[in-house]
Amino acid sequence: MKEIVISGIGQTAAGEQWEISLRDLAYQAIKQALDDSGGLKPQALFVGNMLSLNLSNQAHLGGLLADYAGLTGIEAVTLEAAGASGGAALRQGYLAIASGLVDTALVVGVEKFTDKIGTDVEAALASGMDSDYEAMQGLTPVAQAAFLMQRYIYEYKVPADGFAGFALTAHANGAGNKFAMYQKAIKPETYARAEKVCDPLNLFDAAPLADGAAALILTRRDLIPQKYSHPLISIAGMGSSTDTLALHDRQDLLSFQAAKIATTQALKRAGISPEQIDLFEYHDAFSIYAALSLEAAGFAKRGLGWQLAADGSIGLKGKIPCATMGGLKARGFTGGASGIYQAIEAALQLRGSAGRNQVENPQHALIQSLGGPASTAVSFVLKKTS
Amino acid sequence: MTNSSETTSNTLLKPNKPVGIVGYGAYVPRYRLPAREVARVWTGGKGGLPIKEKAVPGLDEDVISMSIEAARNAMARAQINPMELRAVWVGSESHPYAVKPSSTLVAEAIGAVPNTQAADWEFACKAGTEALVAAMGLVGSGMARYAMAIGMDTAQGKPGDALEYTAGAGGAAYIVGPAEESMAVINSSYSYVTDTPDFWRRENQKYPEHGMRFTGEPAYFKHITEAATALMQASGTKASDYKWAAFHQPNSKFPQRVAGMLGFSLEQIAPSLLVPVIGNTYAGAALIGLTGILDIAQPGDRILMVSFGSGAGSDAFDIVVTDKLLDAQGRATKTQEYISRRTEIDYATYARYRGKLQMK
Amino acid sequence: MEIARHWRLKQQRYGLVGEVCPHCDYKIFPPRDICPNCGNEARTQYTFSGKGEIFSYTTIYEAPTGYDSNAPYTVAIVKLTEGPMITAQLTDLGEQPVEIGMPVEMVTRKIRNDGDERGVIVYGYKFRPVMGA
Repeated sequence: MKEIVISGIGQTAAGEQWEISLRDLAYQAIKQALDDSGGLKPQALFVGNMLSLNLSNQAHLGGLLADYAGLTGIEAVTLEAAGASGGAALRQGYLAIASGLVDTALVVGVEKFTDKIGTDVEAALASGMDSDYEAMQGLTPVAQAAFLMQRYIYEYKVPADGFAGFALTAHANGAGNKFAMYQKAIKPETYARAEKVCDPLNLFDAAPLADGAAALILTRRDLIPQKYSHPLISIAGMGSSTDTLALHDRQDLLSFQAAKIATTQALKRAGISPEQIDLFEYHDAFSIYAALSLEAAGFAKRGLGWQLAADGSIGLKGKIPCATMGGLKARGFTGGASGIYQAIEAALQLRGSAGRNQVENPQHALIQSLGGPASTAVSFVLKKTS
Repeated sequence: MTNSSETTSNTLLKPNKPVGIVGYGAYVPRYRLPAREVARVWTGGKGGLPIKEKAVPGLDEDVISMSIEAARNAMARAQINPMELRAVWVGSESHPYAVKPSSTLVAEAIGAVPNTQAADWEFACKAGTEALVAAMGLVGSGMARYAMAIGMDTAQGKPGDALEYTAGAGGAAYIVGPAEESMAVINSSYSYVTDTPDFWRRENQKYPEHGMRFTGEPAYFKHITEAATALMQASGTKASDYKWAAFHQPNSKFPQRVAGMLGFSLEQIAPSLLVPVIGNTYAGAALIGLTGILDIAQPGDRILMVSFGSGAGSDAFDIVVTDKLLDAQGRATKTQEYISRRTEIDYATYARYRGKLQMK
Repeated sequence: MEIARHWRLKQQRYGLVGEVCPHCDYKIFPPRDICPNCGNEARTQYTFSGKGEIFSYTTIYEAPTGYDSNAPYTVAIVKLTEGPMITAQLTDLGEQPVEIGMPVEMVTRKIRNDGDERGVIVYGYKFRPVMGA
């Protein structure tokens, strides 16, 4: 199979972008990615977005964003898989090139949360769950994550501050990322004092909603321009899987099966084992998701994922650095853009361009894009190519 | 001119085929507002209190949800196939919809649809017993094997009004069936109505109006005593023939006084006198009083029940317990169990729960 | 307004009507055409008892539109006695603390308005601590 590489990356600052519209936000990221790729022209645009229909009353983002990026005429569609929309779009971009029908693809993830405010945003987020049997009961994704955390703590006897390490690590890393929503480290006391949003889940166990857009240019390795200046990053492996949409329908709630399958596929295609992964960009929309993702990816045994955060293993100098640019927790949960941000952050690490957050000489990065509690999981292994 | 209130045995409402109660069930919501809380807010704590406390429905409750639970309790005691119910009738003055029946939803929830009658009844506080009399007719005529009659209310009282102390929430469901299957046979009933404007609520008004002291003598006492006296005369009974009695109970005083006027002791009404601890449950009041009796009654006990509905009228019932009651009593939650499940709330919480806060 | 959508689900909402798989006897809620246990077609109606226990729970303070007037409220994953788990609000808690394993029973309550106060009232299952009987 042809080697497919990430030749261009672009991201906007994540956060409350009151003055910037959905289309302009996306264009800012697209423009950067096109510039970064050294003049490659995409023939297809794949958009990852989760809630523009609810939040901005805007469907049909493919047409809109191609138009506003000055790319009218190219193929363009939206991929939606809740929080995994970005991962789904990236996978689609890869498949388009791998099929031979497209040479160069533009993948953009964009989310604009702040076009609505208050309870309407909660209602929009709830639409990613089982509408008839979860959302109908007034459930929210935060409460759904709290179900998992409550049960996890109960079954594995996790201490009160057991999950603190996820937020502490994310915020420490966010301090070194100029695109992050929160760029300030937090203290353990801050976590301990934080208000319970959905008991036992506190304010620091949930990622903040953030507007943001991130874009990638994918192409075949042989199409890379001569004067291209960055180290090349290839997509070495990929996997995608689903689990029940409703959390209550699972036989085993405390196992992210889809994440496990998707990651196993990605590692297998890349021909590596979990030990060869140098950094892991997990989908820490909630700290319990991070713990379960670490277990699903094979970095921790069942019920022990939280300990990797508690003992420092997920730090930049730890055994398996995670959320190296702040993760969803500190960079912000950018909805359908999250998977693309993850890919960019991993690419920056592999390029050696992560600044003060640089992990030492990484060769392989794992990213995992989740929709809901891993109802959809899309995993990728990115590799620094020689 | 003949005396229209002259009573003879053929004036009793007595069906051709003997009927009785084959199932009953009560419901009282969890929350309680002490009357002293209302006094604290509106009178600085001055003045006598008509009851101790009243039952208040939670934010997610209304006459439909409460009727469903009472109906399920009645079904649990009756142990009949819901498809054999040929009527589900709900009497209330607080139906959640102005137009759209409560009864169809209740019937659907207990699995009685679609081969059934369903209707909502309105006659102030006697809408439930009105439905019960009709159920006797439907079953007693042979048209139906079983019919369900419910009296349920989430009563309204204007903030600060005398009614606010007492306007409670609760009620009961009854299944009428053949006498031979009954846990209590209904020998007969008698209804007494006149046009008496003691209490009313006009269309689109949120709270009812009442005639203050006019609600007493010419309304409550007149109609209950006339109905009870007529029923007992026609049945050849006197107060001492009844082990128990249940009267409509708008406050603690009225049912005790009317019991005395009719020759009943306080002991005879004790198990049915629930108003001090749940308030006036309007269309549910006499019917839930009867559940208090049925929960503890023994075979052979004779019971008089008399409702009162403003506007005005009373339905009186002559009931005798059979030996089937003892097994049925424990098949569903008892009324006193609902009453002892109690969470006290303050006036502010009450105002929120009852939608008395101006939100827009 | 979503009248038809709610109306279609009334049996599930009011009475916990699900299915039992004729092939493997697996109890299914909500009803679906394919048995999640054995993968065969399952269409035999089965009414659940409404008894179960708390598998997990939490309290929601920031509620979605349509539910905000009832906040805060407690939600739970309830493991039904017959096997399946469902998500539902808990009600009538009073001051009773909730814990994993607590026995609960189904009641029918108002869930929300369809739209605003002019729309139909949607009723459905919630669970409360088991009462005496």
